[in-house]
Amino acid sequence: MKALENLLDKIKPSFEKGGKFEKFYPVYDALETFAFVPDHTTSKGAHIRDAIDLKRTMFMVIVAMVPALLFGIYNTGYQHFTALGMDASFGEMVGFGLWKVLPLIIVSYGVGLGVEFIFCIIKGHAINEGFLVSGMLIPLIMPMDIPLWMVAVATAFAVLIGKEVFGGTGMNIVNVALTARAFLFFAYPTKMSGNKVWVNTDGGTAVDGYTGETLLSQAIEQGAAFTDITGKLYGSIDDSFMASFLGFIPGSIGETSTLAILIGAVILLATGIASWRIILSGLIGGAVMGLIFNFIGPAYFPDNLYLQVPWWHQLVMGGFMFGVVFMATDPVTAAQTERGKIIYGFLIGLLAILIRVVNPAYPEGIMMAILFMNVMAPTIDHYVVQANINKRLKRLKTA
Amino acid sequence: MESLNIFVKSIFIDNMIFAYFLGMCSYLAVSKTVKTAVGLGAAVIFVLGITVPINYLLENYVLKEGALQWVDPSLASVDLSFLSFIMFIAVIASMVQLVEMIVEKFAPALYGALGIFLPLIAVNCSILGGALFMQERQYTSIGDATVFGLGSGVGWFLAIVAIAAIREKIRYSNVPAPLRGLGITFIITGLMGIGFMAFMGIEL
Repeated sequence: MKALENLLDKIKPSFEKGGKFEKFYPVYDALETFAFVPDHTTSKGAHIRDAIDLKRTMFMVIVAMVPALLFGIYNTGYQHFTALGMDASFGEMVGFGLWKVLPLIIVSYGVGLGVEFIFCIIKGHAINEGFLVSGMLIPLIMPMDIPLWMVAVATAFAVLIGKEVFGGTGMNIVNVALTARAFLFFAYPTKMSGNKVWVNTDGGTAVDGYTGETLLSQAIEQGAAFTDITGKLYGSIDDSFMASFLGFIPGSIGETSTLAILIGAVILLATGIASWRIILSGLIGGAVMGLIFNFIGPAYFPDNLYLQVPWWHQLVMGGFMFGVVFMATDPVTAAQTERGKIIYGFLIGLLAILIRVVNPAYPEGIMMAILFMNVMAPTIDHYVVQANINKRLKRLKTA
Repeated sequence: MESLNIFVKSIFIDNMIFAYFLGMCSYLAVSKTVKTAVGLGAAVIFVLGITVPINYLLENYVLKEGALQWVDPSLASVDLSFLSFIMFIAVIASMVQLVEMIVEKFAPALYGALGIFLPLIAVNCSILGGALFMQERQYTSIGDATVFGLGSGVGWFLAIVAIAAIREKIRYSNVPAPLRGLGITFIITGLMGIGFMAFMGIEL
């Protein structure tokens, strides 16, 4: 540590004003403040003393994502070997997962930080850490077999159009990682959805009955009668619930295990980074929509089996949990007012289940639900603030 | 049920702004603050809600081939649909005059804020678009046509209020200089279009 500090101090002059690499000061600054607590003080505006700053906040979110990431790596291997009907040790599964997932993470960080560095050097402002989280989120919401160049293109698009044109971290209006995913979803749908992308079956023939379908696409045809990856029907609805709660189902890398995501949620809530209002109201919104479908399904639409998937099962399938915990709570794009957050979260949950069940174009609704509510969040805030103003005006008049 | 269907569809799925990009000029120009956006949005709802049913009556009792049968059976072969553009625009222009007078009388501040864009509703593409979509989609009753008009207006209202709120939010953002103003607004509109794609493909 000391050696690194000495090194940084030694090269500092050549990056400062008048130095050889003056232009690259933002890069140096980013490295220095990432490794050590900087001695900078706020030069203008409000001064708040707090141990936490942007870097620590972002780092905490990454820590919260680690359980989902680790499980995702294991699950990638697990699904691969199960689909091929091969016996493999824990180490082999993790090894296969690492081989698939690590390149995605490297590409996402490399491209995203590259774009960010270029922007910072041109504009001459300090590099912000916003991308640390987005760069981790992007691989977690991709199918594991996505070509690397697509990840690169999508990341570049999301960082440029989603964030940098608005002025960088903290200014974007839609979630950066979801912008990347939506971009790929509409540009290369065959690589982002369907039955071929979720499980890698290279190097062997898949077992009989293997379809590679996620639970979401199964639900369209067979309702709550879910099968596992080898085509075997789960014994009961509780079994399939347990499998998806623990995460042994095909899906995007980080989204499958509700348990791992909940561990992350606890970390985020304990450190006060994520808003409990958004998470809670999101879950309630999803449950309410699921209940409505359960209620009207058998009576009015007996042909549509999707409606009969129990509401508590809806919550653990697909990316619902991942979206509600890690992406809806993005403090930049969410609603800013406390009451607004409740409305915002509730509508995300509601819309996610609604789109998933009603819209045949999208097997999963959480991505579009969050993007749509990102767009509407400023409107919600505006009216919450306006309602407060009106309430106070009225109080003033009566007093 | 059918009317509800048309209403929801015209707000979200066939949104005038994000599905057809109609009425962009006033959408971009009057979306600087939420307050004026709400005013213009309400005016558009009003105009669409009135002109679409009136144009529906015109279309079905005057313009369409055989529509004049109710006057005299010998007119069954008369087809006046080549007049539809000019008739629709005439109706729209007169309705906008009415709205202008109402707004000037009851909300002078809003009248000032909307400026030239209030009379320009007459040539707002989404209004004529509403009438032409009504003609093309052949709604079966005047009720459906009214619901469609109102729904399209609400969709437009929602879009302009949402972008106005976003523009108020990003007012202090450090947007690169060449993109300030309209440039960033176009980019926001595109991103909002992605958000609204949530509803595309839903068949009610």
